[in-house]
Amino acid sequence: MTQADIILSARGLSKRFAGLIAVKDVDLDVRRGSIHAMIGPNGAGKTTCFNLLTKFLQPSAGTITLNGRDITSMAASDIARLGMVRSFQISAVFPRLTVLENVRVALQRRRGDNFDFWRSQTVLNQFDDEALRRIEEVGLSDFVDETAGELSYGRKRALEIATTLALEPEMLLLDEPMAGMAQEDVERISALIRRISANRTILMVEHNLSVVANLSDTITVLARGQVLAEGDYETVSKDQRVIDAYIGAGHD
Amino acid sequence: MTDQTLERTGTATGERSMGMPRHHLVIFAGLLMFFLVAPFFLYPVFLMKVLCFALFACAFNLLLGYGGLLSFGHAAYFGGAAYVSAHAAKAWGVTPELSVLLGTGSAALLGLVIGLLAIRRQGIYFAMVTLAFAQMVFFFALQAPFTGGEDGIQAVPRNMLFGIFDIAQDRVFYFFVLAIVFGGLLILYRIIHSPFGQVLKAIRENEPRSISLGYQVNRYKLAVFVMSAALAGTAGATKALVFQLASLTDVHWTMSGEVVLMALIGGMHTVFGPIVGAAVIVTMQNYFAGFGAWVTVLQGTIFVIAVLLFREGVLGVIGRWLKKPM
Repeated sequence: MTQADIILSARGLSKRFAGLIAVKDVDLDVRRGSIHAMIGPNGAGKTTCFNLLTKFLQPSAGTITLNGRDITSMAASDIARLGMVRSFQISAVFPRLTVLENVRVALQRRRGDNFDFWRSQTVLNQFDDEALRRIEEVGLSDFVDETAGELSYGRKRALEIATTLALEPEMLLLDEPMAGMAQEDVERISALIRRISANRTILMVEHNLSVVANLSDTITVLARGQVLAEGDYETVSKDQRVIDAYIGAGHD
Repeated sequence: MTDQTLERTGTATGERSMGMPRHHLVIFAGLLMFFLVAPFFLYPVFLMKVLCFALFACAFNLLLGYGGLLSFGHAAYFGGAAYVSAHAAKAWGVTPELSVLLGTGSAALLGLVIGLLAIRRQGIYFAMVTLAFAQMVFFFALQAPFTGGEDGIQAVPRNMLFGIFDIAQDRVFYFFVLAIVFGGLLILYRIIHSPFGQVLKAIRENEPRSISLGYQVNRYKLAVFVMSAALAGTAGATKALVFQLASLTDVHWTMSGEVVLMALIGGMHTVFGPIVGAAVIVTMQNYFAGFGAWVTVLQGTIFVIAVLLFREGVLGVIGRWLKKPM
């Protein structure tokens, strides 16, 4: 594995909250073009780790590099500009904006940091065609003018993915994309993730190992803030420590 | 695809003219017509007060309704600008349009300083920080040598407009005020419906998500804070010339509270709601003045009713009935 194959890498990543070490000395390498899953039982530090990687939290120690560039002390909004965009555990849409407007907010980023408060928002109509195409991709064409807050949970998730994809990110970080979903939705979103993974790297946090079994190339198992095991599903699911710490509890 | 797009935008926003949906244009035209005719039937000073507070409430609501930031210290910009404008007109003999500009500028500057510190906090803490700074402005107004302490700055002259036109008479001065307020309202309208305004709404709706899309939200918040403070200042500066008085009432925390009330009663997610809210509150203060202290009880009652029955405010509810955003 050469350096160029690694898109995102963390070394010695740690996060201390008052009196609690949530993430301890985590090393992580995400291969370019792969689907990488980070799993672990509740409280394993998955989400904290995720927030550290996206800079929504500042690590107490360690370094993070994206495409060989040190991003450890960058602001969260700057990370997005480097082509790494995250989703949220609670579906992150703009509830009072329409589906079209939601996607357009992402497309609008291309205008740069534009504070043009004197111009009519009709200049944003230039993004309509592309926004509609993104919306169609995730199967929401019938809801274009609906306000996002009124969509069903699964559709909000789809909208969130459409919005994220509108930024054409090189790398996507998904925080429990399937949490709280009915089985049919899980399959739909799984298919969607596989489809959008072409030419992209995806790092996802999941609670449930079975969900990521067929989806991911590499699985990192976290427990008590530390990396317990890493490898493909075959390797990880047979690892005795993983079974003890995690799978054993759920599968027996 | 293109046909579909056209059809869709057609249904979504209705017919547009002059860069706004038809019904908004009708509202603006209706308001303008009303205020052009009204001084021939109603007391001009009362109408000017309504106009100034309408602009104040709309400026405040730019921050609350569209930036999602509840400032509890907007009296600082309104009253601060009133003092600056009054002092400039009285001590320096500055023309009215310059007084208003000076007031606006100083409010913007004050907004920049306070905003820089306040936007680092969220929710109730943001409100508390803005309130704390507004209290500092209040004590400054109470203590500073040129503000006249308890008396305020009285007998502020209405100087010649552009140094040429005599507009001192209420009936003439009214149109000066009308022009300023409508100018301010149009600016606010454009800010809300600009690409900048669109990002603002996104930040209001979901700040972490806006960050994850790459927006540097603090810059947007600061920008809108300054804009809101500046236009609140325009309103205060104009008000000082209307009443020929800048007083502690203008910088008192109850003024900050009143403007929150106006925005909420009218509808904080509407463009025109705060105008309605301002009209309701000012009318109550003027025409129920005979009830003395009971006015505040009435105000409180109306507020409670508004919160219980129509949380979206008067125009929020009407907008929902008509299925047209107000």
